[in-house]
Amino acid sequence: MAQVSMTVNGKAASGEVEGRTLLSAFLRDTLQLTGTHIGCDTSQCGACVVHVNGEAVKACTMLAAEADGAEVATIEGQANADGSLNVIQQAFQDHHGLQCGFCTPGMVMSAAALLKENPTPTEDEVRAYLEGNICRCTGYHNIVKAIMAASGQDVSSIAAE
Amino acid sequence: MPKDSGIGASSKRREDVRFLTGAGNYTDDINIHGQAHVFFLRSDIAHGTISSVDTSAAEAMPGVVKIFTGADFEAVGGMPCGWQVTDKHGQPMQEPKHPVLAHGKVRHVGEPIAAVVADTLEQARDAAEAIDVDIAELPAVVDMKAAVANSDNKVHDDLTSNLCYDWGFVEENKAATDEAFSNAAHVTTLELVNNRLVANPMEPRVAVGDYARGTGDHTLYTTSQNPHVIRLLMGAFVLGIPEHKLRVVAPDVGGGFGTKIFHYQEEAFCTFAAKACGRPVKWTSSRSEAFMSDAHGRDHVTKIELALDGDNNFTALRTETFANMGAYLSTFAPSVPTWLHGTLMAGNYKTPLIYVNVKAVFTNTVPVDAYRGAGRPEATFQLERVIDKAARELGVDPIALRRQNFVTEFPYATPVAVEYDTGDYVATMDKLEAMADLSGFEARRKASEAKGKLRGLGVNCYIEACGIAPSNLVGQLGARAGLYESATVRVNATGGLVVMTGSHSHGQGHETAFPQVIADMIGIDESMIEVVHGDTANTPMGMGTYGSRSLAVGGSAMVRATEKIIAKAKKIAGHILEASDADIELKDGTFSVAGTDKSLAWGDVTLAAYVPHNYPLEDLEPGLEETAFYDPSNFTYPAGAYACEVEVDPDTGKVTIEAFTAVDDFGNVVNPMIVTGQVHGGLAQGIGQALLENCAYDENGQLLSASYMDYAMPRADDVPFYQVDHSCQTPCTHNPLGVKGCGEAGAIGSPPSVVNAVVDALQSAGKNVTHIDMPLSPARVWAAMQG
Repeated sequence: MAQVSMTVNGKAASGEVEGRTLLSAFLRDTLQLTGTHIGCDTSQCGACVVHVNGEAVKACTMLAAEADGAEVATIEGQANADGSLNVIQQAFQDHHGLQCGFCTPGMVMSAAALLKENPTPTEDEVRAYLEGNICRCTGYHNIVKAIMAASGQDVSSIAAE
Repeated sequence: MPKDSGIGASSKRREDVRFLTGAGNYTDDINIHGQAHVFFLRSDIAHGTISSVDTSAAEAMPGVVKIFTGADFEAVGGMPCGWQVTDKHGQPMQEPKHPVLAHGKVRHVGEPIAAVVADTLEQARDAAEAIDVDIAELPAVVDMKAAVANSDNKVHDDLTSNLCYDWGFVEENKAATDEAFSNAAHVTTLELVNNRLVANPMEPRVAVGDYARGTGDHTLYTTSQNPHVIRLLMGAFVLGIPEHKLRVVAPDVGGGFGTKIFHYQEEAFCTFAAKACGRPVKWTSSRSEAFMSDAHGRDHVTKIELALDGDNNFTALRTETFANMGAYLSTFAPSVPTWLHGTLMAGNYKTPLIYVNVKAVFTNTVPVDAYRGAGRPEATFQLERVIDKAARELGVDPIALRRQNFVTEFPYATPVAVEYDTGDYVATMDKLEAMADLSGFEARRKASEAKGKLRGLGVNCYIEACGIAPSNLVGQLGARAGLYESATVRVNATGGLVVMTGSHSHGQGHETAFPQVIADMIGIDESMIEVVHGDTANTPMGMGTYGSRSLAVGGSAMVRATEKIIAKAKKIAGHILEASDADIELKDGTFSVAGTDKSLAWGDVTLAAYVPHNYPLEDLEPGLEETAFYDPSNFTYPAGAYACEVEVDPDTGKVTIEAFTAVDDFGNVVNPMIVTGQVHGGLAQGIGQALLENCAYDENGQLLSASYMDYAMPRADDVPFYQVDHSCQTPCTHNPLGVKGCGEAGAIGSPPSVVNAVVDALQSAGKNVTHIDMPLSPARVWAAMQG
């Protein structure tokens, strides 16, 4: 067992982990941040996407020990300071970009990373970026639309919901 | 004008806030103090005799609490099947035993052999590796036709063959159907495969068992679409726990699509082991485990024949289907290829004679059961493909051939035992032709050709049956359950109310849509209404959510309970206002005496119900809480018309979806935003089936597609923006909301239009391709193009 310390959503966090403990498990089991979800075991589904030092990372591809000293952001830290939904979260609600909600944390975290590097992505760019995030409920239509809306683009010409 | 609240409004979903902030409460988020973890050792052999399971070394491993094998469950019931099909000779289906942990034999890769309970999951997994299992391998039964032809190698030694049942429907129509074929001017024949799929809700299954030693109460937290069904099946048939000592909770559930209907071994195990170990026991499926333990879907091999007269009228339809049951009968498996498939073979057409034969077959594969659409996609696919093939053989327009044969008068009694109450197939097709701009297709085809791509157009219709019922009829058909739904409406003293429903939401937005209905009925704000579901301890006995039934059946129960509330509230208001309750009107949350200015607010009446000072106590009990059970008199019959345009790359065989238009008649619509979202999701699953997804076994029964590395899930760049319409509305005539159900339509209606479109594209380039089996991968399309 080893001691790891990191900053999670702006707060210091630490715990004992085995060498094999994944960051996703550390967040969920040790820190009780259960918004980060585990949807597969081959790093395909993207339900566990978090930000590590500002980069989108699948938390199941990283050992907790590797994140020692890192700045980690999870879905629990995304809302505005007053608790209201941030621009991306609000766009997902406005455009019905989620149904069962299980893939949603990863989608929101990926969307935030996309918009940081590409503030006004085209439809094709959004779809290509989401290649590592699987949703089984929405058929992606409203997720793509929500992300484009969150970027400030006019989505009114895209088929209505 | 779109409404901004109540029925017809696209109210934003209130549940989204918790899901968007990481505050959902899924089963894997539940941890109970002192819990242990279980790891299942699963068979990596498809078929074999278990010689020995030696757990002695594993038991000595660190953290191990207890190790269970099949012997520990000998005194426990097996997994029950909820539907008994009667074969064409009047005999009941063959029904094998289905143990919680394998006993004697293993029958599919993934079947649990032993269960290790340990302090941590890692310790349980480590210990499982130390279990020594000796299995004498037998030849695997994989191919369905070979399984039926050869009874020497049986999946179940105590059954007479690998045939579960040989079903004929309607058997009395067989001779007349055969005669119509011998008199036909034209017969079109098509042999096809409806590919095996895995439902793949993004949340893997989870079960947490807990046992209170002090009271003897069991609790199971589980990822279920129907917690009451699990309580009944597991309590009564597996573990022998009476319902009042067993609570089943399905909290936020991350998608279901059918595969979370069924009662699984892991649920029974965790409930059993929690008592045996004296500790809560938790199991969380990995995705790899899910592929080999969640019930699969589809997997039919079909020959369909369509007979037409000289004027291209359909005169008869005849099908023969082999339906894979897998190694055991999953909870509702026998009903899927029979009553959810044969009854839909008329489609949107007035074919007078239909005969459906289904042979259900045991193989050494994961059990197969309902997956989004369940039987209806299989019916729609073969019917809409054979019609398209007939149109091409006859040189007629596929849309015109469909229109010519549409059912146009309702109610319509089909020759396959169901009666459509309403529909307007001409209207949906008209709407489709306009929305999809079918008249502009040739210009788009030329534009694609100029880019070196082959463009194809595929159109199809579908009909489906939702809200399977009534209970007394389905009981005659072999259902071992009722198919009603329930709701309790509890009005609180200060006027807010709670709906406790047996329906279960796992993405469908009930917490938002159900209050829209009640808000309209009473005339209060939606925010005053809360929906409670998913816990047998605080909801009335209900059958849960599947088969697009929740609003049509569960919503109807809620309406009936609310009607009782309003009737009682009017009596209270009448007493206070000194008027007959017959003269009391309720509008916008205010009770008034007709023709007077006397009125009372909703909250005044609800308060009086609980503080009954001025109250007719001699005639009326205090309180304001009512329950209704609603058992529908018929199915509902959503229907629609879909169009798909594809481009095929002639060099690689790669298919891209360029446009997809879905026009659906769902009857009345409560929340258009949610309904559209349901269609979007169904379309992606149907397109996934048509182009990408395939659950594959090799000849040894090894599962080749057991992870997202091998099983092609649709990604965002595999699908387009969809055009969706549900403005053609013929309300259901027999439920109080006039609603039909929308959850499965997209998955039912979309595969044939994709395949029709690809065949159209290839034929437009002069290729003699009449059919390609799904999924239409580049390799398959390219091979077909090479002839």
